[in-house]
Amino acid sequence: MSMHGPIATHRSATGVPTGRLAVWWLLASEIFIFGGLVTCFVLFKLNGTPGFEDASLTSVAAGAINTFVLLTSSLSIVLAHAAIEKGDRVKSFRYIWYTIGGGVIFLGIKTYEYTGKIIHGHVITENLFWSFYYTMTGLHALHVIGGMVIMALISFDIRKGHNYQRVELIGIYWHFVDLVWIFLFPLLYIANF
Amino acid sequence: MSQAAAAVQSDTHAEHHEELSFLHKYILPVDHKIIAMQYIFTGMIMAIIGGYFAYAFRMQLAFPGELVPLYGLVGPGEYNMLVTNHGTIMIFWVAMPVLIAGFGNYLIPLMIGCDDMVFPRLNRLSYQIFLVSALVLIASFFVRGGGFGGAWTAYPPLSSVAEYSLTDWGASLWVLAVALEFVSFLLGGINFITTTMNARAPGMKMMDIPIAVWFIVIAVILFMASVGPLIAGAVMLFMDQRLGTSFFLPSGGGDPLLWQHLFWFFGHPEVYVVLLPTMGIVADIITVFSRKKLFGYRTVLYTAFATGGLSFVVWAHHQFIAGIDPRMANVFVVTTVLISIPLAEMMFSYIATLYGGSIELKTPMLWALSFLAAFLIGGVTGIYLGASAVDVYFHDSYFVIAHFHYTFFPITIIGMFAALTFWFPKMFGRMMNETLGKIHFWGTFIPFNCIFLPLFFLGLAGQHRRIYNYNHFPDLATQELQNIRIFATVSLVVMLIFQLVFIYNFFVSMFKGEKAPNNPWNANTLEWSVPSPPPHGNFKTLPTVYRGAYEYSVPGRELDYWPQNEPSEEN
Amino acid sequence: MSDAYAHPNYVKIWYWLLGLLALSVVGPMLEIPTLTIITAFGIAIVKSYLVAAYFMHLKFEKKLIWFLLILSICLLGVFFFGTAPDLMMTDGDQWIDCIADKSCVEQRL
Repeated sequence: MSMHGPIATHRSATGVPTGRLAVWWLLASEIFIFGGLVTCFVLFKLNGTPGFEDASLTSVAAGAINTFVLLTSSLSIVLAHAAIEKGDRVKSFRYIWYTIGGGVIFLGIKTYEYTGKIIHGHVITENLFWSFYYTMTGLHALHVIGGMVIMALISFDIRKGHNYQRVELIGIYWHFVDLVWIFLFPLLYIANF
Repeated sequence: MSQAAAAVQSDTHAEHHEELSFLHKYILPVDHKIIAMQYIFTGMIMAIIGGYFAYAFRMQLAFPGELVPLYGLVGPGEYNMLVTNHGTIMIFWVAMPVLIAGFGNYLIPLMIGCDDMVFPRLNRLSYQIFLVSALVLIASFFVRGGGFGGAWTAYPPLSSVAEYSLTDWGASLWVLAVALEFVSFLLGGINFITTTMNARAPGMKMMDIPIAVWFIVIAVILFMASVGPLIAGAVMLFMDQRLGTSFFLPSGGGDPLLWQHLFWFFGHPEVYVVLLPTMGIVADIITVFSRKKLFGYRTVLYTAFATGGLSFVVWAHHQFIAGIDPRMANVFVVTTVLISIPLAEMMFSYIATLYGGSIELKTPMLWALSFLAAFLIGGVTGIYLGASAVDVYFHDSYFVIAHFHYTFFPITIIGMFAALTFWFPKMFGRMMNETLGKIHFWGTFIPFNCIFLPLFFLGLAGQHRRIYNYNHFPDLATQELQNIRIFATVSLVVMLIFQLVFIYNFFVSMFKGEKAPNNPWNANTLEWSVPSPPPHGNFKTLPTVYRGAYEYSVPGRELDYWPQNEPSEEN
Repeated sequence: MSDAYAHPNYVKIWYWLLGLLALSVVGPMLEIPTLTIITAFGIAIVKSYLVAAYFMHLKFEKKLIWFLLILSICLLGVFFFGTAPDLMMTDGDQWIDCIADKSCVEQRL
């Protein structure tokens, strides 16, 4: 536990610890950002805009493997949280790095996908589907990278014995990143509806 | 909370701080009061730039084709750039930073009785991102092609295709600046909401929170909920500009109307985002200077919730003539007219607060009262525009400009001066000069009306907006109408000159003003219980709260005010 | 710092998630549109509930947070239904359906 910072940070009139409350508000605003993109995608798709049948060209296998990777990394970060709640810094540190490893695999598969598609001429300007594909997965990937960086920083912090509560907080953020992908997968990889 | 817990909280963290260097105190502060001042001063500088742009384009309108003194020649492209950036700057770089980030940062921890925001370093980061956004916007004026000129609403394809906008990099830097400002306020907003929800002084129930704090927090929640889709839209617009995607281009399968919806879904709640903080500040000022309880605290609060909620379902009234389905227009007419009801109720509560009070016409009170009067005109003229049939004539005319200046100017400028004159003693430890304050007030308020009241009539006469020279339109080039334009412009110049009185008063009082006591206005809220200016950590002993914020002139008491942290006899 | 609740069995939830993932991949392969929607999107909703309730501990959190999230999604719905008529209803005499036959490009719209 940390006692740095103002006394204000340690009060809790709502009963929810301040850090956790803040992460939930952050996620609420992120719902609007990703939700905005997804809503626009759905509007165009339901309108029959040409190009959206290209969802059949994205590799379902790659998308499914990535979904598996993120779900597993969600498991490892929540196990990291369970470990640090019992005070097991070493185990928690390990599990956080498994999660970061999951992120690396995810980004690796996405890079492989992007490269393959671009070589075949499916660039961002080809049609509206591809514009959305790169924008949505790109923005998601930026959030993955951001999450990985913060997780690494937190792992070093807890190893020194500080700020155990932050493992849960970055976990909630990481689960959100996973949730966004859970919706991006059917939208961008499944075509026939 | 128990006595023991209260005892634990009474030792402040000020004890374990060494004296900070100049760098860490003023350039990289984590103290909410200094960060607040950074926001306020940056906002005031941007206001000078925004006002300068208004001066330049109004001079062009009054004396078309002539060299504008202290500016130069204003051609058509230049005019568009001035008008676009005047609007953008005033909303995003003046109203929001001064009223929300500035006064929100300053007041919230003080008014709820804690020592700082819950995330001071996030607070500092929010300001740094904000400063970068301001610099990016200013940079956009100096790139090849000049600043963006596609109106603050930035409708594509004008804004997304460089061949049309003629401001290739200007347009992109503009979008980038706005996006960075949004990120800054999202981060700041998280701080405000969690601080108010969690860090309140023991004994401060939700209904004891001062209205200024409530309204700033509600405004920030509205912002956070409405800006997301527009951030998505800004990313899409940026990609259209720089990568050649077609999110908003029909030839590529996109739809320009989508941008309009994304923009106005944010744009309408945004006006309440800027309105509510000023409304809250005005509530706190009028109760102090009428020595009277706020009439219907809960009612005022519920009307704010109602306004906030309804604000999400009125946005297409900005698009009545964009070709939307008239049946949709009907829906939005009904919701738009409905939203005037909670707002009117709020205004009535304020008037009822004043009724029968012991009114003291100090400078802050003059500003607060003039806000109510001017905003009333702005608000009711909005109802005309909310009727889609009437809007067919008025859309994009000067009637709209007059309407939104009768709302935005009170919100931004009058609100800013009300807050500054009211909390100046607390912030700087000195009193401002009352006489100069009153001269500045009248020298601003009267010219303000002289600028914008005639604009309603220009709108009625059919004058459309965003035109740099009315000599090109025979029906509008009459001497009568031109005289009105000149009158408005001269009034603007007079108003700008009177601002020098404020600048003088502000800076001279800061150093030479009469020293201010803790509570010069005999007010109840917690910020007045600490020294002026407050020390680092705000409270020597963190307060406990015993009552609401508006216990003025309580029968049976000797004093006509009752500070929130003063224990009652029973305790 | 920890709230008083027993931890759910995270690994069990993970197995459920993987099973649902498999279903959501297989379902669309059968190429029946309604089934695709149910398996692809319906299952996405179920998976999100599991992640939110158990991994993010929403099941043990104050109701306030659920309320906040549901409200956010409802507001997105408001945006969708307010914009859809404009973007998706293209009847009317003046509407030129130039996207399909690409004549928008010639007309430089």
